[in-house]
This record gives sequence, C-alpha cells and structure tokens, in this order.
Amino acid sequence: MSGVDGRLKPAIAHGMRLQWEEAQAAHVLLYPEGMVKLNGTAGAILSRCDGVRCLDEIVAELERTYGASGLAADVNAFVTYALEKQWLELRP
Amino acid sequence: MNASAPSAGSAAARGVGPPLWLLLELTYRCPLHCVFCYNPTDFATTAAELPTAEWLRVLREARALGAVQLGLSGGEPLAREDLEEIAAEAHRLGFYINLITSGVGLSEARITALKSAGVDHIQLSFQDSTREMNDFLSSTRTFDLKAKVAELIRAHGYPMVLNVVLHRYNIDHVAEILAMAERMGAQYVELANTQYYGWAWLNRDALLPSRAQLRRAEEVTRAFRERVGERMKIYFVVPDYFETRPKPCMSGLGSVFLALTPDGTALPCHAARMLPGLSLPNVRAMSVREIWYDSQAFNRFRGQGWMKEPCVSCPERDKDFGGCRCQAYLLTGDADNADPVCDLSPHHHLVTAAVARAEAAVHSGGPAREHVLRFRDHRTSIALLPGVPPGHGSG
Repeated sequence: MSGVDGRLKPAIAHGMRLQWEEAQAAHVLLYPEGMVKLNGTAGAILSRCDGVRCLDEIVAELERTYGASGLAADVNAFVTYALEKQWLELRP
Repeated sequence: MNASAPSAGSAAARGVGPPLWLLLELTYRCPLHCVFCYNPTDFATTAAELPTAEWLRVLREARALGAVQLGLSGGEPLAREDLEEIAAEAHRLGFYINLITSGVGLSEARITALKSAGVDHIQLSFQDSTREMNDFLSSTRTFDLKAKVAELIRAHGYPMVLNVVLHRYNIDHVAEILAMAERMGAQYVELANTQYYGWAWLNRDALLPSRAQLRRAEEVTRAFRERVGERMKIYFVVPDYFETRPKPCMSGLGSVFLALTPDGTALPCHAARMLPGLSLPNVRAMSVREIWYDSQAFNRFRGQGWMKEPCVSCPERDKDFGGCRCQAYLLTGDADNADPVCDLSPHHHLVTAAVARAEAAVHSGGPAREHVLRFRDHRTSIALLPGVPPGHGSG
C-alpha cells in the first residue's frame, strides 16, 4: 500500500499547537496568526499524533474506540494530507 | 457552559460567535517612527496605559468567551516591562501567543524570559532589505540590530516569521527582501502592501506604488515561490487600491476580531477609532463580555442592516461584507457606503484617481521623499491635532 509507513510516529509539527476549544466544541490547530477548526474525525486522529504512538497503533486504537474496522486507508490518507499541509511531522 | 448562556435578544443569542482573535496594543510607545504605521495619528493624546492587573483581567475574560489567538502588539510591545507577566498569564489560560515586534529591545535575557513565559511565535518586522532604506523608513538605525534579533529568534527555536510592509520606496526590492528572508531561514514571510490608515493614510500619496511596480513585485514573488516551494511560505497581501472588489475586512466587524488600545478602548478593527457615531467602550468600565455582545460599537456593523446600495442588493455582500468601513469613511465621508475599492461603488473614481496620481508621481520621479513623508512621532502627532497652529509641536 502506498502512503505513510505505519511504523512511523506522526507528531504535531514544530510551531503548531493542537488543543480542544470548548467555545467552538472542536479541536483546533493553532499556528502563527492562524487557526484551523477541525471536524470530529480530524480531531480524533490528530489528537493521537503525539510522536510516541506509531501510525499502526493509532489506527488500531481508533478502530477499538469507534468499534470499526478497515480504517487504515482513510487514516493514512488523512495523515498524508496533514503532512502536506505541514500540520504533522513524522518521527522514526 | 450553562453559566454563560446568553440572554434572549442579545447578540450571543442571535448567533454571534466568540471573539476568536484578540489583539492587545499594549502601548503606543515605539522606538521606530515608520511612515506607514496604521496607529492613529493622534496617538500622543491617548490616556494612560492600562496597568498589568487590568490586562490580566482582560485576558481571563476574553479567554472565557472563547478567544484563542492572541496578538501582543503596539507600538512596540517590548516597551512594556510587564510583557513577560502578561504573556505568562495568557499562556496559562491557553492562548496561542503571537508577539508582533520591531525587535528593538529584544535582548537575550528577554527572549529567554518570553520563551519560558510561553510566547508561541514572534513576528519580526523589517522595513527593507537594505540598511539605508530600513533605517530611513523607520527613521532609526535599526537594521543591524534587527538582523541580530532574527538570529536570536531562530536560536531560541521559534519559527522565523518576517513581516515587511511594501510601498513605493521598497516594492522594487522584493527580490532582495526575499533573498534576505531566505538567508535568515524564514519559514513565513509576509509581504504586506501598505493599508492606508493612520500614518499611512497621511502619507498615502507618497507611498502608493505604480501598477507596473506592483506587477513586477508579484512576478518576482511568483518565481521565488516556485523555486523554494513549501520551505518558505510567502503571504503577499494585495494592495486593495489596485483591486476591483473589496477585502472582506475582519470577516465583518464584530465577527471574530477584538482589539484593545493601550488605554483599554475596545475596537472592532485596528482603525475603527476614526469612525464617527461609534461609542467606543473601555475595559475599565465594562466587561469584555458586555463589550463584545452588547456594546453599540460592536453591534453597529453586525449583519447587513446598515448597508446601502450597491451593497444591500449585491450578491457578493455575504463574501466581502461591503469591504472596509474605515476605508469607506476615509474616502467618502460615510462609513455605511460601499468600500470605494469596489468598482460597483459610485465612489470608485476616488481610488482610481489616487492610483493615477501615484502613477504620475512614480513616472516623473516625484518630489524628494524627505519632503513629503511624515514620520510617526510624538511631536508630529501633537502638531497634527486640529487647531494646533503650524510650527507648534513639530520640529
């Protein structure tokens, strides 16, 4: 499968901050003079990208949490997108 | 969140969101004297700056409403000795903190303290890529100091964000400015064409570039972007005088943005103090909640009830909100008019005439810049007040 190697550990990129905002009932990504309000799915994925868990572990955890299976392709696609946007960086 | 449930009929109940963006202009004191500063020309008459405790209360109240992006600006915010204390409280509350600075006063000791206080990012302004022009435009000798500060910012692990305000005298140096930014390892560069408010408005006819200058700068920027890719993000803020549709200023006044001036006056945009008929609230007398949801000044331009033709029947009114209220007022004398940048505005000729004058001035070489530019300083601010006879205050 193409995309991000599941053994790598995604982390919120340097200079970015992810936090839950009660007033917006959403996770937001904060960066120099900007903010992205994340939808539920994006928030669920990014909030697990702590540079400690590898992508495969994150997928497994999401599948357990949401009682779903076969999420790997969708999560991988979103992580690829987030890497392009420089929201995330990968750690070995 | 029930404790803060809005009362029926209030702005909150009508679906007004939180003031997501809070800008604190902590002081109008500034070691620079930039000709394009958007601060009001009468800044010298501003009342005493808020004390530390008041700023901390403002931060707590705004954060409770949902404010999350915080700008610490001025003037030069480093002129406040309590900047570190203000930043530390903001960080504790969960703000993302943007320090917007000229760099003057940013020593190793202060940047270390600001970093440990939790400042998330520092935006450093440059006036030009050359020492001569940087120092002329700011009426100071600060170029070398700024270059050192840029190094400090990087050494402390901050993303390097440079801001350069563009106008007639430096727009032809965009290639050199971008090369300087690249040498400094900048990740973000704002090439912000001058917006004409405050001192910039006063100096407008000397600062507006020609269309040919602008096109060249855009072409240089495009080619540079192509070469560096994602390594360096360049924001080219368009000069709206050359457009045919207005900018969606502040996403509409009272929508997401709340600014406070050094004396605690609350503004729905940086420049709104000039607008007639706004009774501007002050945080010394009102809570941030009352100011944001209930004050006349913040409700005056919410929604579309204030709009006139051509805006009121325009299909684009939900996109640009009629443009900038301050620009409408400055150019047409009526803040309810369409922003005259829009070519549907019956006043659009005022903008094209200003651009035509700029074209003529650039082509003829124009008068020597020293004779036409007025620098932002205390004495000039006093001298410009209505009723002050020429010769008083200036010099």
